[in-house]
Amino acid sequence: MNTLMRNLLLPVLAVLLSACQSMGAFPTTEAQVAASEPQAPALDIQSWQTAEGARVLFVASDALPMLDVRLVMAAGSSRDNGVAGLSSLTSALLGEGADGLNVDDISRGFEDHGAQFGVGSYRDMGVVELRTLSDAEFRDPVLALFNQVIATPTFPQDALDRIRTQMMQGLRMEQQVPGPQVKKAFMSTVFAGHPYGEPSDGTLESLPAITRDQLADFYHTYYAAGNTVIAMVGDVSREQAEQIAGQISQSLPEGDAAPQQPRAQTLTERKREHITFPSAQTHILLGNQSTWRGNPDHVALYVGNMVLGGGGFASILTDEVRQKRGYVYGIGSGFSPMASGGPFQVSLKTANENADDALSLTLQLIDDFVENGPTETQLEEARTSILGSFALGTADNSDIIGQLGAIGFYDLPLDYLQWFNQQVRNVTADDIRAAFQRNLSADNLAIVSIGPEAPKVVAVDDESEQPAQQGDAVDGEE
Amino acid sequence: MKKWIAGLCLALWAGVAGASAPTHSFTLDNGMKVVVREDHRAPVVTVMVWFKAGSIDEAPFETGLAHVLEHMMFKGTEHLGPGDFSRLVARYGGSDNAFTSYDYTAYYQQYEASRLPLALELEAERLGCLQIDDEEFHRELQVVLEERRMRTDDNPNALAWEKFQAIARPGTGYAHPVIGWRSLLAQLQPEQARSWYQRFYVPGNATLVIAGDVTREQVEPLVERFFADLPAGETPPRPKQTVKAPAGERRLALSMPVKVPSLYMLYNVPSLVTAANPQDFYALTMLAGVLDGGMSARIETDLVRGQKLVAGAGASYSGIQRGDGTFTLTAAPNPGVSLETVEAALREQIVRLQTTLPDESEMARVRAGVLAGQVYEKDSVMGQAMELGTLSTLGLGLDLSETFADELARVTPEDVQRVAREWLVPERLAVALVTPPADQNDGSTQEAAQ
Repeated sequence: MNTLMRNLLLPVLAVLLSACQSMGAFPTTEAQVAASEPQAPALDIQSWQTAEGARVLFVASDALPMLDVRLVMAAGSSRDNGVAGLSSLTSALLGEGADGLNVDDISRGFEDHGAQFGVGSYRDMGVVELRTLSDAEFRDPVLALFNQVIATPTFPQDALDRIRTQMMQGLRMEQQVPGPQVKKAFMSTVFAGHPYGEPSDGTLESLPAITRDQLADFYHTYYAAGNTVIAMVGDVSREQAEQIAGQISQSLPEGDAAPQQPRAQTLTERKREHITFPSAQTHILLGNQSTWRGNPDHVALYVGNMVLGGGGFASILTDEVRQKRGYVYGIGSGFSPMASGGPFQVSLKTANENADDALSLTLQLIDDFVENGPTETQLEEARTSILGSFALGTADNSDIIGQLGAIGFYDLPLDYLQWFNQQVRNVTADDIRAAFQRNLSADNLAIVSIGPEAPKVVAVDDESEQPAQQGDAVDGEE
Repeated sequence: MKKWIAGLCLALWAGVAGASAPTHSFTLDNGMKVVVREDHRAPVVTVMVWFKAGSIDEAPFETGLAHVLEHMMFKGTEHLGPGDFSRLVARYGGSDNAFTSYDYTAYYQQYEASRLPLALELEAERLGCLQIDDEEFHRELQVVLEERRMRTDDNPNALAWEKFQAIARPGTGYAHPVIGWRSLLAQLQPEQARSWYQRFYVPGNATLVIAGDVTREQVEPLVERFFADLPAGETPPRPKQTVKAPAGERRLALSMPVKVPSLYMLYNVPSLVTAANPQDFYALTMLAGVLDGGMSARIETDLVRGQKLVAGAGASYSGIQRGDGTFTLTAAPNPGVSLETVEAALREQIVRLQTTLPDESEMARVRAGVLAGQVYEKDSVMGQAMELGTLSTLGLGLDLSETFADELARVTPEDVQRVAREWLVPERLAVALVTPPADQNDGSTQEAAQ
C-alpha cells in the first residue's frame, strides 16, 4: 500500500473504530422506545369479607410454589393513647409465646418448614406477615402454627422484659447518629398534639412502665378481625384462599374496626427546631402537615412532587442542590398520606459549612415551585415516567402483597392502580400548581435540623454554580 | 422426620429450578460475557453491567477511586451531559443506580420490558465513551465526601468498623474502606479516574446481565449491535489476595462516642474462590446457619434468650469473595454486661462447635431455610440478576445455586466440627471492643473497658 493510500485510509479507519463519534441523535433507540406503549397489566384482585368482618384481598399466582400472607390492622402507634411504644411492643411480642407453646417451639416450628414469620408496627398499621412454601406438606403445619400464634398470644413477662431492653438499647444507639433524632424531632414538631407526633418505638421513659396487661388489652382491641385486612398472594386456589382467610379470621379476637381519628392540623407559621450535635453534616428536614388518604389533590401532588424532588436525578432538587452545586449526596421530597394526615417532607444532609446555602436554596426552590408549578415539559416527563414504571410496581409477589395491603387498609377501590394511572394521564400543570398552592406554603414549613449550629436562611446567589469549596476535608482522622 | 422434610424440599426445588429459570450465557468476540435469565412472570427487565474492578484493586494511595469512578459514570459521555443518563432512565419509567464493593463495581437499570434497547444503548455509551471533565470531577468529589460524612464520619459504629477492617484483613485490599480513607479521597484527581476507567472498563473485564421478560433470540442482536464493536482493551494482571498465613490474634480497643458498646470478631477463613477444598465453603456455610440461621439458632436461643447477655448479636460467613472469606461475629450487649463477658460467651460457642457435633435437627433446619430461601429468591428479578452477575464476575459456575442444595446436603456434623477446628482458631482472629469514653459512661452501658 502506498503512502498516499495509507494517509487517506487512516482517518477513515479512525472514524470507523471510534464508537463514540456517531452522528445524529442520541440515543438512537429513543424514538422506538418512546413510541412503544409500556405494558401495565392489571392485577386480578379477588376480594371478599369473612364472617367475622375481616376484608380479604387475594391474587392467585402459580409461577412460584410459595404463599405470602399479610395481616394489616389499624393497630399502629396512632393508637398508643399516650403510652408511647405500646403498639410496637405488642407487635414485637407476637410469636414470643402462645397457648402451650414457648418461643423456642414457635421459632422452630416455622424454621423447620422454611417459613418466615415477621411483625411490623407503623403509625397507622400493625402488620403480621408470613411467607411459606405453598405445597400442602409445608403450608398446612405452618398455617396451623400461625393461627395458634395470633389466636392465643401469652405475652410472657420474660419476653416483655427482654424485648423492652432490646428496644431501649436501640433507642440509645439512635442517639449516636444524627438521622433518627432529627426525624423524630420533625414528626413531633409538625404533629405536636396529634398521635402522629409521638415516637412509634416509645421512649426511654415510656417503655419501662408498660405492662403485660396493657399489651393484652391492646391486642384484644386492635388485632380484632373486624379491624383487619388479610392480603394473600401465591400458589393457592380461590377455595384454599377462602379457607385460609376464614381460619385466620376466626383465630383473631372478635371486634370491630377502630374508629377514625381526627385529622392533624397544618402549621400556620414557620416553626424552627434545632438539636445541637457534634456531626460533620447538618441534617435538615422541612415540611408540614399537607395531605391525607383520600385527599382529592393526591394525584396532582404526587405528579408534582416527582418534578420537585421525588424523581431522583430527574427532579429539580437533586439537579440544583446536588448536581449543580455538590452540596449534598442525597436530597428528596415526598408526600406521605396516612389515614388522619400526612406530611410533605424535604430531607437533605450537607457539610456544616454549606448548611446555610443549601437550606436557603432549597427553600427558594420549593417556593418557586409552589408559585409556578411544573413546565409542560417537566410535567410530560414526569407523566411518562410514572406511567412507564407501572409494571415495576407489581412485578413480584412482594410488590403485589404490599399493594394489596394498602388498597385494603385504606379502603381503596380494587381498580385503584388503573384509576391512578388514568388520573396521571389527565392531570394538567394548572391542576398541579393549584393543588400545591392549596396544600403547601413555603412560608409556614417547619424547619427541623441537627448539627453543630442551626442553619440560617440567607440570600441565594443565583450565579453560584461553582463547585463547593475544595480541600476543606483533608483533615481526616485516620 | 427432619431428613424427610429436607428431602421433600429438594424434590420441590428441583422442580422449580427446572421449570422456570432458563439461563443463557455467551461471550462476544471482544471478551464481554453476557448472561440472560428468562423470567416471564411480569413485563419487566433488569439490565446490569458488572466490572471486575473494586476497592481491592486500588493501590494504597488511591483508596476510594473505584467508587468515585462509579459516580463519574453518571456524568458526561460523548453524547450525554451530566445527569442526562439518569434523566433518560427516569423519563422512560426506569430506575437506575450502581454500587461499588471490594470485589466489583456494578450498574443497573430496571424497566418495563419494552425499554430494553434504550437500556443497552445507554450502558454501551458509558462503557465505550465516558468523558471525565475536570470541573465535574471536582464537583462530584464533593458529593462523595458528603456521602462519606453521612455513612461513616457521623456514625461511630461505622467509623469503628472501618478501623477494625484495617487490622482484620492485613496485607490485602480489603483492609481499606470502599469509600476511601478521608484524607486520600479528598486528594483524588481526574487523571486517576481516567486511568482507572482505561484499565478496567473494557469489555473483557465486564459481564452484561439481562434478566426478566426477554428471550435469547430477542436479546442477542441488540447486544451485538451495541457492544460488539467496542474494542477489547486490556486489563492488567491482578494477584489473588489472601490472608492464608495466619496473621496472629489481633485486638483493638476503641473509645468512640457511642451510647451502647459493641464487639466485633472476625476470623480469616477461605472463600469458595480461595479454598483448597471447596467442601470447606459448604461446611462453613452450614456452621454459620447453626449459629445464626434464624430465631431458633444458637445465638438467639442461648445468648439473646437464654443467658440474656446481648440485645443483639449475629454470626455470618462471607464466602463468595475474590479473596479470602471472613467469618464475622458482632454483638451489642445488654446493660450491665461487659464486652469481655460477651466475648467469652461467643468464644464458648466456637469451642462448642469444635468439641461437640451439631445436632442433626439443627442441620436439617438450616437446610430447610436455605432451600425455601432459594424459592423465595426467585421472586425478585433484581435478586436473580445480582446472583448471576456476582458468580460470573468471580468466575464461579452460574449454576451454583442449583448445586448449592446438594452440596449442603452432603455436609456432615463431622465436617462442621472439622472446619471449626481448622479455621476458627485464635491466630486467625481479630477482635475489636468499642466502648464510650470513660467520662460518658452511664447506667445504660458497661463499665469502661479496662
